[in-house]
Amino acid sequence: MNVLHFVGAFFGDGAHWHGYDGIPTRLLEHLRYSLVAFAIAAAVGLPAGLLTGHTGRGGNVLAFLATAARALPSFGLLVLMFVLFGFGLVPVMVPLVVLAVPPILVTAYEAVRSVDPSPVDAARGMGMSESRVLFQVELPVALPVVLGGLRSAAVQIVSTATIAAYVSLGGLGRYIIDGLYQHDYEKVVGGATLVAALALATLALFWAAGRLAVSPGVRRAR
Amino acid sequence: MIRIEAVTKRYPDGTVAVDRLSLDIPDRAITVLVGPSGCGKTTTLRMINRMVEPSEGRILIDGVDSRQQPVNTLRRSMGYVIQNAGLFQHRTIVDNIATVPRLLGWGKSKSRDRARELMERVGLDPALAGRYPYQLSGGQQQRVGVARALAADPPVLLMDEPFSAVDPVVRKGLQDELLRLQDELGKTIVFVTHDIDEAVKLGTMVAVLRTGGRLAQYAPPAELLSAPADAFVEDFLGADRGIRRLSFFPSAGLDLLTGPVVRADAGAGEITARDTGGAPWLLVTDADGRPLGWTEPGTLAAGPAGPARLLSYGRPFVAGRDSLRAALDCAVLSPTGWAVAVDEEGRVTGVVSQQAIGDAIRAAHATGRGSDGTPDGTSESVCDPAHGDRTPKAAR
Repeated sequence: MNVLHFVGAFFGDGAHWHGYDGIPTRLLEHLRYSLVAFAIAAAVGLPAGLLTGHTGRGGNVLAFLATAARALPSFGLLVLMFVLFGFGLVPVMVPLVVLAVPPILVTAYEAVRSVDPSPVDAARGMGMSESRVLFQVELPVALPVVLGGLRSAAVQIVSTATIAAYVSLGGLGRYIIDGLYQHDYEKVVGGATLVAALALATLALFWAAGRLAVSPGVRRAR
Repeated sequence: MIRIEAVTKRYPDGTVAVDRLSLDIPDRAITVLVGPSGCGKTTTLRMINRMVEPSEGRILIDGVDSRQQPVNTLRRSMGYVIQNAGLFQHRTIVDNIATVPRLLGWGKSKSRDRARELMERVGLDPALAGRYPYQLSGGQQQRVGVARALAADPPVLLMDEPFSAVDPVVRKGLQDELLRLQDELGKTIVFVTHDIDEAVKLGTMVAVLRTGGRLAQYAPPAELLSAPADAFVEDFLGADRGIRRLSFFPSAGLDLLTGPVVRADAGAGEITARDTGGAPWLLVTDADGRPLGWTEPGTLAAGPAGPARLLSYGRPFVAGRDSLRAALDCAVLSPTGWAVAVDEEGRVTGVVSQQAIGDAIRAAHATGRGSDGTPDGTSESVCDPAHGDRTPKAAR
């Protein structure tokens, strides 16, 4: 009886491939939580990070907020939100977003701030508007680092979204929590394997996005 | 014309970068702002395209206050070149150069055509068009920087220490290229440097600024060298300004002696019959008139001159094209103390002694000739290196 045996047994069992507790359903639920949380976190973190990085102002406030957010335990926050809001998606989204915003915000800020100042000066001197300077000069160069921040946020969301099951929602965490409760280790290991695979797939997705979106001039200059 | 009128830049902490500076910058000429660090030269340049806003005073462009038009319209009408080129590393060379045309709303292919045309103009291989900045050398990047500034054909070019970050050999090439371009394009160029030699070489007018942002002297380079306004300017010009000033005097007026020049196949009788004009040496040339080396008259009379017995003639100067500075340098470097003058094809036109050059310098100073001239472009190399190749190996 080892881990591989559990993995084999879990994925080999045809019953695990359909129904409301089947792998496709749980995977889709998990993806949905993750995508929504990621979209909200990016919508909050990216503009704030890019703007503070561009202007160079507000960096201290940002660092303070990010550290504070990182100090919050996701699980504690989940329980607190559940007590406040009751059953639903909100108690799950809050800890996931709080978890994901700091890496997005801080890396976007740092990435834009550390762009070589001379092309930026040249761009302004040639008569580019501030928004053009940010989107046509700073962002393309900062993109690899910005994507790195988004990637670590996404991976953290994917792994942490398992806690949704603790407040009676679905997702891959269902297998882990139910498995632990039922002493069904085959289920626990199967669920954990799926979460890990999803995290790896996320990494692969960001790698591909980097290949597509980052200019070869930036990629190879590093 | 760009007119800077009593402009002061004071920062919130009380530092004064530029102090009541007034300058008239002539059209279609290179005006150099030069001075030690902290003299406000870059601040002055950046006030022209409003990268820095003056605290007091105003800047007029063709009589109109620069604040009358939107800041980005103003900047797009002026090329801007900075020290490290400041290229966009995510864009190809051709797209870097096409930046301002694209900002002005030109189509993509029209902008790129224009960019390719400019690459040719600044001496860049068209094969580099699709490369990225990191694939280019520092000198090439700076050429791209200049091409980018010229892309929309602005009447004004602002250059902020554009050549300070490259090595001296590349810098000289870029300076010569800029002078050549300026001959073709006739832009109004404002050029900032801390290098007085660069200022003297490139400037039609040179403004020397002192620490605290005040104007010390504003004059053409020859005048700067001959009549520094005060001790600060004199000190800033350096110890050998007298020698450097010779760059502005043409060598055309030198009295060249042809008496001491003989062909290698000349007979002994012909040689002894020569009036060498008092020269203790004879310059031996080949059948085409190209110099081979120096010899003493007695030695040559004794038998045909083999290259092994000749003294090196150093490097010749091109009479008329090179300056007195180049001629003097050739004479100083020559083992005989005589300089060899050649024509554009490298054929000897005569020889001249240090003393005769000295006389010419005194005469030039007396008439003030050359004070309105510009450097001849070869003042750095002194002698045309191409002629050095013709030195016979044995004579070196």
